[in-house]
Amino acid sequence: MTVSAWEAFWLIVRREMRLSFRRPEQLLQPLVFFLIVTTLFPLGLSLQLSLLRDIAPGVLWVSALLSALLSLDFLFKSDADDGTLEQLALSGHALTVIVAAKTLAHWLVTGVALVLVSPIVGTALGIPLGAFATMLVSLALGTLTLSWLGAIGAGLTIGLRRGNVLLSLIVLPLATPLLIFGAAATERAISGTSPVGALYFLAALCVFTCTLAPFAAAAALRITLE
Amino acid sequence: MNMSNALCVENVHVWRGDRHVLQGVSTQVHRGELLHISGPNGTGKTTLLRVVSGLLRPEQGSVTWLGQSIASHRTEYQAVLAYAAHEPALKGDLTALENLRFSVGLKRRSKPQELRGALERTGVAACADLPARVLSAGQRRRVSLARVVAMQASVWLLDEPYANLDAAGSELVSGLLADHVTAGGLALVVAHRELALTCDVRRLELNS
Repeated sequence: MTVSAWEAFWLIVRREMRLSFRRPEQLLQPLVFFLIVTTLFPLGLSLQLSLLRDIAPGVLWVSALLSALLSLDFLFKSDADDGTLEQLALSGHALTVIVAAKTLAHWLVTGVALVLVSPIVGTALGIPLGAFATMLVSLALGTLTLSWLGAIGAGLTIGLRRGNVLLSLIVLPLATPLLIFGAAATERAISGTSPVGALYFLAALCVFTCTLAPFAAAAALRITLE
Repeated sequence: MNMSNALCVENVHVWRGDRHVLQGVSTQVHRGELLHISGPNGTGKTTLLRVVSGLLRPEQGSVTWLGQSIASHRTEYQAVLAYAAHEPALKGDLTALENLRFSVGLKRRSKPQELRGALERTGVAACADLPARVLSAGQRRRVSLARVVAMQASVWLLDEPYANLDAAGSELVSGLLADHVTAGGLALVVAHRELALTCDVRRLELNS
């Protein structure tokens, strides 16, 4: 009896989630990095709440991008190293489905976790409670988009030694629109103006990458598998 | 000769950088037949197996299964294919049984008892619930063979299946191969040793 693409998708998501929870340090490292970097800024700058509020959106978003980048290296690398990526590629399912499942699972364990701890960081940076909803939504959209962009970069760099530096060089420039609109949305929510425009842009970027990145990442993987 | 009943490799050329690794390799394997690929190190045995699996596209030449190109009928071909690379391809953090469940589960719906049965067949039933990282190299090889068995595929591509195995393990591999081929399956096996099998064995010697 053959297995449908949908069943294969969820089987891979479950496999990835189980693997992540067996290796909690892989989950915790980017989160702790996010918490530490964001607390370093107030310590290094000033404890004036008004100044903190001004820089909070930028600090929050730059730290989120860097911490998400830390976790991207795990996306395909361990599967490529132990040979399971070849088994997945020969499983009879499109690489696009495999890539989409792995990336979604990656976001569920890294992006969602980052969104969940962001209220702690928000409080530390003096972001008012009223801006939390915008911050959470923008980070959720931003981290998902970043996971898709990262999948392309990770697919291209798994075959390389020291590929993680190149991965940052590929992904960070692509992530600049996220930083601009994400920080703008949070900043507007803090100042009490409507963040809807920036959120729409983030949502558009998210839809754009969700639909096209799986194909690009699958093509990248196909090249590196050869 | 019935062309559609075979796996055909025709005039395959593969370059690795400047190296011309496979120089016009042609062969055919029929159902109920085993092809033993041998040759010195670095002559492209694994490369040939990867070409036949479809992981590597040859620069020139083609591979066909039942008369159809494996590149254009990828899904159908992969459904009948079981490939065991030189590395056992197991996730260290998953148990042997979970490893089987996730990789066999992508090919066909299987019950846990079937997977346990496959592990029993390869002599590692006792390791079913242990994480793969605590298993020895030989045990991991046996788990990867159990995966090939559990996939119930008709085309087996095995790269050095005898590596890391003790005498009993080697006999087990020979038994599995003989059973598979006698039941009408076909197998391509890369091995440095002589294969003492009861079934039809053809030999392909690759030279540099």
